[in-house]
Amino acid sequence: MALLIWILQNFWSLLVLAFASLVGLRIAYRFHKYGATRAELSHILRRSPFYLVVLIFCFFAAAPFMIMFLHSFKVDGDLYRRPQPFVYRQDPTLEHLESLFTNTAYLDFIRNSVVVGVAVVIITLILSLPAAYALARLTGRWGERAGILMFLVYLVPPTLLFIPMFRIVVMLGLKDSPLALIVVYPSFTVPFSMWLLQGFFKAVPPELEEAALVDGYNRVEAFLRVVLPLSLPGIISTIVFTFTLTLHEFIYALVFITNTSRRTLSVGVPTELILGDVYFWQPLLAAALIIAIPVGFAYNLFLDSLVQGFTMGAVKG
Amino acid sequence: MASASPVINPRRYLMDDRRFVGLIFLAPALLYILLLVGLPFLLAIAFGFSDVTVGNTELNFIGFDNFVAVWENDIFRQVFGNTVMFTLVSQVFILIFANILAIIFTQEFTGKWFARFIFILPWATPVSLAAIGWLWMLDTKYSPIDYLLLQTGFLGPNGLLSNSRNLFWLANPALSQISVIFVQVWRMTPLATVILMAGLSSIPTDILDQAEVDGSRFMRTLLQIKLPLILPIMVIALLFSMITMFGDMTVVYVLTRGGPVDYTRIIGLYSFQIGIEGGNLAQGAAMALFAFPLLLALALLMLRTASRAEVR
Repeated sequence: MALLIWILQNFWSLLVLAFASLVGLRIAYRFHKYGATRAELSHILRRSPFYLVVLIFCFFAAAPFMIMFLHSFKVDGDLYRRPQPFVYRQDPTLEHLESLFTNTAYLDFIRNSVVVGVAVVIITLILSLPAAYALARLTGRWGERAGILMFLVYLVPPTLLFIPMFRIVVMLGLKDSPLALIVVYPSFTVPFSMWLLQGFFKAVPPELEEAALVDGYNRVEAFLRVVLPLSLPGIISTIVFTFTLTLHEFIYALVFITNTSRRTLSVGVPTELILGDVYFWQPLLAAALIIAIPVGFAYNLFLDSLVQGFTMGAVKG
Repeated sequence: MASASPVINPRRYLMDDRRFVGLIFLAPALLYILLLVGLPFLLAIAFGFSDVTVGNTELNFIGFDNFVAVWENDIFRQVFGNTVMFTLVSQVFILIFANILAIIFTQEFTGKWFARFIFILPWATPVSLAAIGWLWMLDTKYSPIDYLLLQTGFLGPNGLLSNSRNLFWLANPALSQISVIFVQVWRMTPLATVILMAGLSSIPTDILDQAEVDGSRFMRTLLQIKLPLILPIMVIALLFSMITMFGDMTVVYVLTRGGPVDYTRIIGLYSFQIGIEGGNLAQGAAMALFAFPLLLALALLMLRTASRAEVR
């Protein structure tokens, strides 16, 4: 706790210090490796504009998140009275973070999002794994047409569909039920993951399946025992991105679910943590940041895999 | 069919037939999607030509009345204009930034992992939550941006931009539109970058090696080899983010709810406000349908570009 207070109070100097020491270490390392020659110096100078550009982009990307972090721990007086947004004049506090978890439905939102996300991932995999394999290997011209049709369907925006879907959901008595979201979300996760998975399946050498067929497997067994295990990394990254798609979705969740404790994160946080005109800023900002960091981490971890799937899906294998 | 040889089990024969297995594999996903998108889509068209409301479940068809009413609505015209303007302007910036970033992130450099983590955050964060961050950044009274401008003398008494202590980002017509465009660019750039990265990394290395052997330097390789080669994928990235933005209302819902007056209202938001909040399902559907021909044209253009890229 004392450490947290100290970090928060010296946030900017620590940030600059950490950055400077990293740069210093890196330069020292290069000098150590290649010698402190003129050529090395000019290499560093030549590279520095590049790093400057990276730094500027990073700053713009990160600015709201840094502010979220800093402001989540401010006491009300420090936040609102003669504000100095970038420094702490009063000791940081954890009270808002605590109240986010105890006084609001935040934990409900997280739980609902996870339930919906996991269910949608399962449905999506059941539907899209075989379909993507069919598109990648089994079907000829008509399969290609079906693939294009799926792609077109992906482009029909939720803004066009939410009104009739709202009607259907109400008619089926699914309003305020997570089931409504679980049934509807695959309409965009299935095309998306089919597109990705198709790329991963194309990357598996067809010779392996043919060998399996010669060994007496049929097509379905070859798919289950050879192709699926080999494309496991791709499947995992598809799971990650499908899950986050459901986490991001806003319009359907806003329209179908109006009961506070049934809402999901993306809608619950911006609508339920605000009472009328009163914004509880610290919990709001903390609530956003707590979700942003792990998802960003997962994205970065699986980005290369996503790029690969996308490339293979776009380029005919 | 399997009677030719008694050794072959007919079920096994079927399981080995590519077309049959392909059909069985593809059918469930295809049916699910067609049911879940096709049905509501047809219903949306039916709604557009009817007088259905939240309370009234009967479908009475009233022809083009909704569309006429929507088009004669001055607010809707502005909303339509806003939507097109926001989408087009932000694409310009997204494309510029995404190109720069894609080139940066397909190179190796120290700290790349961390830089990539930072730059991907805007896209990874659920839109509505990221918009909350910006809602605070652009707050009427406590905006940290205003504070910086105040400290540097751009705001406050005798300030260069304004004499007031605040710019009122989301209350001023022009600034609110700029803010919405900025936030859209901020959050959509990473997606376009990733698509472009996929394009850049799919360029065959032998082409690049050959260019290097021939003495092509960085800028020349970039301008004369890489950019022309990824042009089709750039078009895909562009149209993809255009369609995503066209069909999204989250940012304006959280930031402004369409205000001040109607300056940041877009089609998605307006049809939500009329159709769901106002209960007039028919007119809400008609509004959303107005945008559809445009989206369809974009999608077809996109597919043509994509298929041309494959042929080449």
